[in-house]
Amino acid sequence: MDILNSIILLLNYIFIPALSYGSQLALGAIFVTLIYGILRFANFATGDMMSFGTMVTILFTWYFQSIGFSLGFLPTALIAIPFGIMFMIAYMLFIDKFVFRYYRVNKSPPVQLAMVSIGVMFVTQAVVRIIIGPADQRFFDGQKFIIKAGEFKEMTGLNEGLAIKSTQVLTIFVTVILVSLLFWFLNKTKTGKSMKAYSDNEDLALLSGIDPKRIVMITWIIAGVLATIGGVLYGLDKSFKPFTYFNNMLPIFAAAIVGGIGNPFGAFLGGYVIAFSEIFLTYAYKKFFMYILPESLEPDGLVQLLSTDYKFAVSFSILVIVLLYRPSGIFKGKVL
Amino acid sequence: MMGLIILVGIFQSWNIALSIFNLCLISAVMTMGANIQWGYAGLINFGIMGYTALGGLAAVLISVDPIQEAWRAGGFDILMCLWLIIVMVLVIRFILKNFEKSKFRTYGIAAIIISGVIILRVTAEPGIEAIESVNPAKTGFLGGLGLPIIFSWLVGAFFAGGLAFIVGKVALGLRADYLAIATLLISEIVIAIIKHEDWLTRGVKNVIGLKRPAPYEVDLQTTDWFINLVEKFNSGKLALISNLADRQVALNQLVIEGSTVFVKLCYSGLFLVVVIILLILTQKALYSPWGRMMRAIRDNEEAANAMGKNVVKQHLLIFILGSAIVGIAGAMLVTQDGLFTPGSYRPMRYTFLIWVMVIVGGSGNNFGAILGGFAVWFLWIEAAPIALFLINLFTAGMSDTHALKVHLIESVPYFRYLMMGLGLLLIMRYRPKGILPEKIEIK
Repeated sequence: MDILNSIILLLNYIFIPALSYGSQLALGAIFVTLIYGILRFANFATGDMMSFGTMVTILFTWYFQSIGFSLGFLPTALIAIPFGIMFMIAYMLFIDKFVFRYYRVNKSPPVQLAMVSIGVMFVTQAVVRIIIGPADQRFFDGQKFIIKAGEFKEMTGLNEGLAIKSTQVLTIFVTVILVSLLFWFLNKTKTGKSMKAYSDNEDLALLSGIDPKRIVMITWIIAGVLATIGGVLYGLDKSFKPFTYFNNMLPIFAAAIVGGIGNPFGAFLGGYVIAFSEIFLTYAYKKFFMYILPESLEPDGLVQLLSTDYKFAVSFSILVIVLLYRPSGIFKGKVL
Repeated sequence: MMGLIILVGIFQSWNIALSIFNLCLISAVMTMGANIQWGYAGLINFGIMGYTALGGLAAVLISVDPIQEAWRAGGFDILMCLWLIIVMVLVIRFILKNFEKSKFRTYGIAAIIISGVIILRVTAEPGIEAIESVNPAKTGFLGGLGLPIIFSWLVGAFFAGGLAFIVGKVALGLRADYLAIATLLISEIVIAIIKHEDWLTRGVKNVIGLKRPAPYEVDLQTTDWFINLVEKFNSGKLALISNLADRQVALNQLVIEGSTVFVKLCYSGLFLVVVIILLILTQKALYSPWGRMMRAIRDNEEAANAMGKNVVKQHLLIFILGSAIVGIAGAMLVTQDGLFTPGSYRPMRYTFLIWVMVIVGGSGNNFGAILGGFAVWFLWIEAAPIALFLINLFTAGMSDTHALKVHLIESVPYFRYLMMGLGLLLIMRYRPKGILPEKIEIK
């Protein structure tokens, strides 16, 4: 019986990783949900747009690193993010003007817009791969750990170490700030409220004098901020690879739908639901049971519900279940 | 289109031209499957990758010889699991039929599924471990039935159709874009299972050296009639060489080249037969009363429903049919490659590219689907040479060591994505119905 050790074990292997992964998914999911709520289509270019923003940030990070500029223990990428966001927004507005606007003005069905977004996905993927290549890029610098497992063991005298990466803390911290800002913007400012109105009922919003062009532009700007920051945080925490970003689109979609598509708060929580269930179900609990059970009851196997190979499959299965029983998501979707 | 492929044959080599042609045919089959769902019925299916992989799995399970040792080691456990799954499904069906819908029932079913999965894992684990430890470098899986691989084309269709039945039951009630996302994610689940259930598919260790419906090159090179055939074809060229030894060397070279071309031609013939049969069937279906009903459902679901058409049933039917065709294509693909590599199934190549083909070719038109399959696959393969040519043209003024030029030339393979994307966007904008739009004759 060793409760403290088991708690640290869960914190180290489940809670903290899930929290940071969930934050990264949540940012992406809010991006998907905003586009869905206001522009009314499923954006299949999500992952690749995130990788575009990250790519620009990486290029600027490299530039800053080459001129010897750094933030000390913080990663240099933080300084490069605003530049990444600027390029991302410019790219999104460019695409909107030349691609999406035509279909929006013509009031095409959402499926057609989704198809168009696949075209955008191909193009963005090509641009990213041509500029930075398909390989793994690491651009993290600064201090890697806040607490190392060994130091923690020495400090507390416990058997289990707790390692906290600075990127994990950074991710959670930035997400909280960004999401609170976003909700403040959507709920308290006039522009935010007009966005909600537009999402709720386009015609009524137009009648009450809301300028659709402005709404669309602001949506893309917010989307650009979310996509870039979400992408950079993921890249800092793991590493940047265009193909991984494309694949991340799938759990992000799952998060957005599970939370209730069109509902930013739902998407935010959906990210954590997906991340936690992925890690909960694929973690091997053998060590945990070794701590909390008496020796005679110790399990033989790994006590793993599903092998880690099925990590993605877990989130998709959750999505399928949610779609079956509550197609509007856990939190009623389609009310921005 | 054929002209372009022949041009490749003349300028690059007949071998490349034929492999492009074969994959064009396979792509055409896939596109026809997707086109049936999207063009006839307006159902969006982003799970093409999953059905393709299932077709490929069928090829493995049909053609590989059964591995007796593995069956002895763990076959019993696996069969027990199969029984358990069947029992589980039957129990759930029984509950669904005989109990009123309530929270209690839902939780009960959930409990049955969860405990069932746990029991399955416990039963299967020793068997799976035993199977995977039987000669893991070479086999490590149950093997198949040892039948000719051609049968797998039909079985692949059944597999894919079966999956489509389940997916359709689950997801077809969803709105169009939800359906797209749901099918995409389900296909990822299928791939995850195929990749990681090593006892069934060898997973990422791949299955190589599958049987062939066509003769082997090595056998051909030693067969008399084939050598005579090559000699006859090239008699003019050979006659120019006066030295007997030199002539023999040249003949050998020609026989080796000819054998690969001949094998590819065999495949082309087989694939062509499939494409033609499917084309006849789909054309018949398109202009039959059933095809008209499908179009009515697509264009106005409520009206069709009001006319007494069973929309749900027809949607399910067409979803199964289209997916089955994709399954055939998946089996054909593995047959042609002679190997099954679960790791190579990626949504970009097997789902989105096929969708580009459908949209570019023209949805609702079978000839459009075939044209789309040919045109897009041709461009996909030949994009790199084209991009290289364009880059050299535009950077002609730069020196060969200029950083930008070197970088661009290194990234030539990715220009194909750019071309696909731009092509799709341009077609969607200026020819939203595709190159060959749907033709409906109302007389």
